[in-house]
Amino acid sequence: MVNRQFAPGIKDAINYTLELKPFRKFILSNGVAVYAIDAGVEEVVQLELVFNAGNWYEHQNMVASTTNHMLKNGTSRKNAFNINEHFEYYGSYLNRACYNETAMLSLHSLTKHLHELLPVIQELITESAMPEAELDIYRQNMKQKLEVNLKKCDFVSNRLIDEYLFGINHPYGKYSSSIAYDALQPEQLRRFFDQYYVNGNCTIFIAGRLPNNIELLLNENFGSLPLNKAQLPHITHPVEAAAEKKYRIINDKEGIQGAIRIASHFPGRHHPHFTKAQVLNTLFGGYFGSRLMSNIREDKGYTYGIHSYMQNHVQQTAWMISTEAGKEVCEATIAEVYKEMQALREKAVPEEELLLVKNYLIGTILGDLDGPFHIIGRWKNIILNELGEDYFYTAVADIKNVTAKEIQELANQYLHPNRFYELVVV
Amino acid sequence: MIPFEQFVLQNGLRVVVHEDHATPMAVVNVMYDVGARDEDPSKTGFAHLFEHLMFGGSVNIPSYDEPLQRAGGENNAYTTNDLTNYYCQLPAENIETAFWLESDRMLSLAFGEKSLETQRKVVSEEFKEHYLNKPYGDVWHKMRSLAYTTHPYRWMTIGAELSHIENATLEDVKRFFFKHYRPSNAILTVAGHVTTAQVRQLAEKWFGDIPSGEKYIRHLPLEPVQTAPRKLEVHANVPADAFYKCWHICSRTDRRYYATDLLTEVLSGGGSSRLFQSLVKEKQLFSNIGCYHFGSIDAGLAAIEGKLVKGVKMEDAEAAVEAELQKIKGTSVEEKELRKVKNKTESLIIFEDMSLMNRAGSLSFYTLLGNTNMINEELERYQLVSAEELRQEAEIIFDANNSITMYYFGNH
Repeated sequence: MVNRQFAPGIKDAINYTLELKPFRKFILSNGVAVYAIDAGVEEVVQLELVFNAGNWYEHQNMVASTTNHMLKNGTSRKNAFNINEHFEYYGSYLNRACYNETAMLSLHSLTKHLHELLPVIQELITESAMPEAELDIYRQNMKQKLEVNLKKCDFVSNRLIDEYLFGINHPYGKYSSSIAYDALQPEQLRRFFDQYYVNGNCTIFIAGRLPNNIELLLNENFGSLPLNKAQLPHITHPVEAAAEKKYRIINDKEGIQGAIRIASHFPGRHHPHFTKAQVLNTLFGGYFGSRLMSNIREDKGYTYGIHSYMQNHVQQTAWMISTEAGKEVCEATIAEVYKEMQALREKAVPEEELLLVKNYLIGTILGDLDGPFHIIGRWKNIILNELGEDYFYTAVADIKNVTAKEIQELANQYLHPNRFYELVVV
Repeated sequence: MIPFEQFVLQNGLRVVVHEDHATPMAVVNVMYDVGARDEDPSKTGFAHLFEHLMFGGSVNIPSYDEPLQRAGGENNAYTTNDLTNYYCQLPAENIETAFWLESDRMLSLAFGEKSLETQRKVVSEEFKEHYLNKPYGDVWHKMRSLAYTTHPYRWMTIGAELSHIENATLEDVKRFFFKHYRPSNAILTVAGHVTTAQVRQLAEKWFGDIPSGEKYIRHLPLEPVQTAPRKLEVHANVPADAFYKCWHICSRTDRRYYATDLLTEVLSGGGSSRLFQSLVKEKQLFSNIGCYHFGSIDAGLAAIEGKLVKGVKMEDAEAAVEAELQKIKGTSVEEKELRKVKNKTESLIIFEDMSLMNRAGSLSFYTLLGNTNMINEELERYQLVSAEELRQEAEIIFDANNSITMYYFGNH
């Protein structure tokens, strides 16, 4: 009989050497940089065109995200149906996404169909027409979707906490509204499209099993476009954080759960504390075995899940604790969150727990390097945030080397209740 | 081609091995052939409650998560009406940790009163978060109990009502465990940087001495054929009216399954699909619309659901859906449209198979269905579906007598 009392021996994950496969970089004729990872066994490819066309650059709310959405809704030659049908016929997925600083088009396709798809992507980023009829449908449907979402306490809380942190006029703090949808005009979208896509600033990321002629293919389709010629306008947005820090809001009188958000500003990825603070965050609320989960879910049963994380902003960011809990235990949940902050401030984390978290984080990175799409994803983060090519290795070293004393110092610096905004939406 | 080998231990545990030496990782996937359909009608939600209890410590190991995370691993689990699946991924060198953990919880749980007490509360909060405190959250609860009179698909995985979970006792829990969580009712799939010989040795070492238990033979009541339309009207505090309609479809192992799957894809797979183009874009009756099926192992449901544009009458919306269904029942799809949905299916399968975890999960699922090699055969079965088969399938499914309709009215 095997002895089940004792755990089998393990190799600590922190003893693994992690390697991030280097990218190949080439420049198209017009100066657009392409970062490529040629790897994997499946004959698939992922192409991402990243434009500096996020809501940071818009002069009116929702213009950036609507322009991005409308990239698939008609060009001077094709209507929305034709465009969708083309990509879907080749079994490919063309998605778009708009963030604060950037906006992108991403394609997932079998490698063999790539040459049929690139010319249409070129058409979308040069000839999108922003048809009024399409805008009307989009506006109507988005307003209705918004109305449904506003019934949900988690949706409402996510909007409000960002507003408190950054201000309603800041790209990180503003959000959609019926009024903003009503104010959208095709002409504004066309102007934004012309400045930030047609004549915009673009970086390309491609990964998967790449065809041999990939440089040629990309150059033929994107190399002669008027991209990366104009300087990006220098726009600053002052943060206007709310003075009041505590909020209790009744959104639904019959609601039986409250959405809790507790958040504070955090300097962001470029700050030397960032990676070590990520280790602290993991301990605190960043994985299933975290202090918050162990206490508030696994011991008290107040919630289905509680998490903490750093928001994914390029400039300064926010440290967020997020959960939905029974209405009658919301205040008790908040008290426990602060108790866990206090414990991390007052007592150094036991070596065993710290090692566990380090192993978990390194193991997760190791597992996450599975396949070309994940590898390019890591590089994209590093490149777009201008973190430097050795970032991956310094971050891994920071995780491996951070001490319990440093963790406690960070907790004392950042995990103070008086730094945090606190919101419950029922 | 996804290569695999398989063998069965003396106690009935089926083992599948998929070697992939391009990754430093290993995935250990344990699928139990028990889902919400195996529950007692007066004790629903047990299979899912179990998914939670399985992390509350086993007979020799107080915590599942800690040792796994220490070994650089991560894990999760899910429960459906058909099955319960537990999976973890960790550096391949530490794979024995996963065997130790998974085998101990198959041997026996700790059955602590505290763990049960806490997880009852956690599941109650999950119930509230997903089904009670969400607009339209009660739709599938109501739809299932209308669509099924007899088969246990009539309740949801989370359970028919909160009280079943709130009243669960340790005795109930133990009985459920020893009935369903036995080697003869489980499939162990190990994938990644491992060898079959190594997995065989580890499986024998850690799982070999677990008593096989009494084999659970499933005798589920068959759902009688529906012979007349069923309808329900709901009024709730939501901002938009919504339309839901379901039809009974074949089981997962029926050869007609592939036509059914492609049919839902023709109707609503993407921006060029029929329902979206006709009802959202051209007629502007719906603000969104979807058609899909539940993918359940026993005969399941296909569904169309959408939210109505403000001011649109429910009857007009339904008539427009019906007109699209008449079209697909009356005329075979064009070759180009058929090619499109097959191409989409092809890439979907290839993209899914990129992830080691997905491959391990699929291998387990197809083994549970009775043929592990389905992982390599599915695409071919989709390719064989003809336009005429699609039309015939549409005719069988979209029959008024086979339909369950729900008008969900908001207050406005």
